[in-house]
Amino acid sequence: MGYLAYARTALNATLATLALWAGLYLLLTGRGERFNVGGYLLRLSPYMWGLYGISLCIGLSVVGAAWGIFIAGSSILGGAVRTPRIATKNLISIIFCEVVAIYGVIMAIVFSAKIAAVNSDRGFSASDYYTGYSLFWGGLAVGLANLICGLAVGITGSNAAVADAHDQQLFVKILVIEIFGSVIGLFGLIVGLLVTGKAEDFTGVI
Amino acid sequence: MNEIYFNIDAGYLEGIVRGYRDGLITAPQYMNLTQCETMDDLKLQLATTDYASFLQNEPSPLATSTLSARCTEALVAEFQYMQQNAAEPISKFLDYITYGYMIDNVILLITGTLHERDTHDLLEKCHPLGFFDTMPALCVATTVQDLYSTVLVDSPLAGYFRECLSAEDLNELNIEIIRNTLYKAYLEDFYSYCQSLGEPTGSVMAELLRFEADRRTVNITINSFGTELSKDDRAKLYPRLGNMYPEAQTKLARVDDMDQVKSILEQYSEYKIMLAGVSMNASSSGGNSSGDLSLEDRFFAKEVQLNKESFEQQFHFGVFYSWLRLKEQEIRNIVWIAECISQQQKDKVNNYTAIY
Repeated sequence: MGYLAYARTALNATLATLALWAGLYLLLTGRGERFNVGGYLLRLSPYMWGLYGISLCIGLSVVGAAWGIFIAGSSILGGAVRTPRIATKNLISIIFCEVVAIYGVIMAIVFSAKIAAVNSDRGFSASDYYTGYSLFWGGLAVGLANLICGLAVGITGSNAAVADAHDQQLFVKILVIEIFGSVIGLFGLIVGLLVTGKAEDFTGVI
Repeated sequence: MNEIYFNIDAGYLEGIVRGYRDGLITAPQYMNLTQCETMDDLKLQLATTDYASFLQNEPSPLATSTLSARCTEALVAEFQYMQQNAAEPISKFLDYITYGYMIDNVILLITGTLHERDTHDLLEKCHPLGFFDTMPALCVATTVQDLYSTVLVDSPLAGYFRECLSAEDLNELNIEIIRNTLYKAYLEDFYSYCQSLGEPTGSVMAELLRFEADRRTVNITINSFGTELSKDDRAKLYPRLGNMYPEAQTKLARVDDMDQVKSILEQYSEYKIMLAGVSMNASSSGGNSSGDLSLEDRFFAKEVQLNKESFEQQFHFGVFYSWLRLKEQEIRNIVWIAECISQQQKDKVNNYTAIY
């Protein structure tokens, strides 16, 4: 229905009006300095950064793995109806996608080992802030790399299943391409380890 | 980006249709078929193909018409399996493919009713893929308005009738005009639907549908030589798509014989190669015994080539359309070989178009 377009326009207009109102209010009453994005980011607890990183790491990796598995799996199912021999061999594509999720789990475990309770009454130390930031970006790097890797392996796995059903000798050749695709997830893992390599556990100001 | 979500609804069916394509008869198997001496040999050879389960219960003197009917049954069973397992975007595409058969059925029923044939026989001759609910009611209609308002307004073909409601009575010429007008509207609708599906379905189907439109244009031109169809009426029947639209179509609307048609077609490089050495009498498949292929055979060969190419890409809907066309060509080949064998005319048996 056209009503959805109207609703969307109404929502956008309301939000824009509110934002404009708030912005002009702050600006024209001399409180413009209060809108401080950088200051807000610096005041965020390093726990939040670190835990966001860990959850993005495992969450995005699993999404990538699952997406890849369904892309490859549906083609394997379709092709195996007529050519049942492809079913066992093409499980390799599924395994490559699964490995992507395992990378995410490993990194999440490694990262979560750095999270600890801070007992100091003088707050977080500089090292804690560094740990928080590096866990966030390391986790995001691993998660995004695994998401894209899962997609790539899934699509190539689907191509491999369909080609294998047609002609047996094509399978190994397409598998080589798939292996190159799965190396992308490994790159994410390595970068994640490097980025968080120097981060120390949370200790607080000693 | 199409690849990342194509498999949600159509991944399984794509695997299925590619499996069907792998079951098409190959050139060595065709050689074996052509060397059969009797229909029983042919049946034995066909038992190693996908047609085995449909032919095994037939009694021994196998007639060509029975063979053709069983093969069509196999085709319909495979297509209907896919239709039953299809979800929304792919199910609409498969429905669009069946509209062409519906048009043929509608025309068959109208013609048969005019010649006062038995309803039951007519319904049995209809193509099963083109069956829609209100089809048997077509046998009672007499004028086009009647036809439309009682039967067709609820069918999927309703939108295609806009341009032919002006035909007054249903005589022979008018029925052909109705058929071609319906098919023209259907092709244009199918084309715009495929374009709305995005890449790569849009570009693959555009290629196939443009060829179909060109073929229809040429066939309408050739078939209208010597009939009462005026040049303007002929131009109105050409589909508004294809490589020949619009320049060559305006030229083709005014020609009067085959030489002029040939000279117009030669301006297109893909059709020029096809026309080299074609025989001037546009007879049905077989031509003369020296092996020259008629224009129709050339068109079939080109169609097979285009349809094979659509399987080179993955993650598009064109494979379903292409497989159906290739399977139909295969059935035509088998029936041709069977006819040659049963009539003992082995010199023409090699005039089939091998697919793989």
